[in-house]
Amino acid sequence: MPKHELILLKNMMQPGYTGSLADYEKTGGYQALRKSLGKIAQTDVTAMVRKSGLRGRGGAGFPTGVKWGFLPKDYQGPRYLCCNADESEPGTFKDRQLMERDPHQVLEGIVLACYAIGAETGYIYIRGEMVLASKILERAIDEARAAGYIGKNILGTGVNADVWVHRGAGAYICGEETALLESLEGKRGLPRIKPPFPATHGLYNQPTVVNNVETLANLPHILNRGPEWFAAIGSPPKSTGTRVFCVSGHVKRPGNYEVPMGVTVRELVYEHAGGMRSDKPIKGFIPGGASAPFLTPAHLDVKLDFESVAAAGSMLGSGGVTVLEEGTSMVWAALRLMEFFYHESCGKCSPCREGSAWLVQTLRRILAKRGRMEDLETLLDLCKNIAGRTVCAFGDAEVAPIQSTLKHWRQEYVELINEAEAANLIRPEPVGPKQERLS
Amino acid sequence: MTFSEKYKDEIAEILSRYPVKRSALIPLLYVAQRDQGYVTESAMKDIAQILRLTPPQVYETITFYTMFNLKPVGKYHLQVCKSLMCALVGSDTVIEWIKTKLGIAPGESTADGLFSLSVVECLAACGTGPMMQINEDYYEQLTEEKLDRILSDLRSTGTSPLKSGPFMWPEPASAEQGV
Repeated sequence: MPKHELILLKNMMQPGYTGSLADYEKTGGYQALRKSLGKIAQTDVTAMVRKSGLRGRGGAGFPTGVKWGFLPKDYQGPRYLCCNADESEPGTFKDRQLMERDPHQVLEGIVLACYAIGAETGYIYIRGEMVLASKILERAIDEARAAGYIGKNILGTGVNADVWVHRGAGAYICGEETALLESLEGKRGLPRIKPPFPATHGLYNQPTVVNNVETLANLPHILNRGPEWFAAIGSPPKSTGTRVFCVSGHVKRPGNYEVPMGVTVRELVYEHAGGMRSDKPIKGFIPGGASAPFLTPAHLDVKLDFESVAAAGSMLGSGGVTVLEEGTSMVWAALRLMEFFYHESCGKCSPCREGSAWLVQTLRRILAKRGRMEDLETLLDLCKNIAGRTVCAFGDAEVAPIQSTLKHWRQEYVELINEAEAANLIRPEPVGPKQERLS
Repeated sequence: MTFSEKYKDEIAEILSRYPVKRSALIPLLYVAQRDQGYVTESAMKDIAQILRLTPPQVYETITFYTMFNLKPVGKYHLQVCKSLMCALVGSDTVIEWIKTKLGIAPGESTADGLFSLSVVECLAACGTGPMMQINEDYYEQLTEEKLDRILSDLRSTGTSPLKSGPFMWPEPASAEQGV
């Protein structure tokens, strides 16, 4: 068994655990709800979560209790909670496991969050492809409703919180919280200009909180065992608790590993994921999903917590750790990621919509040995004109693979271009607005 | 029978979940797609009427999302992930196998209408790649043998036991060995 205590994956690691209501109750499930609803004041629940140091597990890492605190105190109209289950960040596959294997842990967290912020309705916005997870959640909601944990007058406390599953339909951008709200309102999932923030003008223009699945799943444990217990785990004071890291790529045993925040990538790869697939050395890795810049073997001892990864020039993001072995073409890897971003750009902002297409064209050309040396400047110039010039953080994310591979593996680009020059093949002019359409 | 008559009760239940009608748009489009395999123009008009939207409002929304088919697709829609994490562990080979075995390119369907192939972006199963989704089910850690079995299962019984169950990886036993 792991050296440290598991929190979120503990139940599902028990042999025979099915994730049913009966199983969940046997492990102490819904005790946090019984302890809190009507017994701990709503503002005190928020204070406890703030004190625990819990930060969002979806990507941005915003402190959860602080986010809740932004809701207007004396607003009379409805408030909403949205559980962001639109897990789409390449490299990330933890929420799917949390929902399919222990759905009540997530539901208890949702009801606790609803109580803390005074929301009577919660929507689980789940990515459309996850049909099984949405069925499992719906079944769990029915069970919880029948047992009085969800619905009107929960456990006789007078607290109301109803929860619905809402499937998305295949758009990565809907994991961005304001795009999620647009999509939930039945519109195209285009991110909104902020401010105003969802805390004051969210779903149907009402105060709204959007929290990730893993964030919410931590709540029952924080309320059961106290914020001090949680705040001591991991890499306090800024990165508390555990993290379910999703390890993928060229490792022997890819998968979800729950470890305290602050372990190193080396530990994660060699102690948990069994080392590298063909025992080749690591060439590079992404520490937090496709939006996080690549890091190099020199960063293997960087602690996986929010601050340390940021200081190393990347981000902890969604916890998706993808490892590439020696011999992988980094230009190819950057192109694969860039093709993803090109496909998923929502089209609202010109720099991202047009820029992603140009970046893909330029990378494809370099990889096909049709590149020119000035293409490298064009790439960096495009990146500079996309990042920070869009409504949402997608623009910053899409330039990460190119900027980071150019920073650490520029030689690979140069070699491909040198080959192109040596072969003296017909090479197109650098990209501009009148380029061919991409398929 | 029109769409709204055929699914009267289900539509009413879906509408009851939301304080604003338009929120029911994506759920209703799923009902329409389940009915015909794709969303027909008449269903779109029906849905517009139910939600008091104009047909263009329905159309502008449906075209934003990749999971709605506006044209008929094969009975089994193979969607193979080609994003980086799956590509690192061989998704391009899987796509080649399928192209050879079924004789179709991405975007095409077999002549008998049984299979369609699409190449898609990340489906959040990066630790168990290469993988694909067929209709509502995930199939992970694909090998050529596994692919052959899945295709033959689908041909003979319409379903395959090789689809993913409630997901957990690594499974508890293998996790314990490792640590």
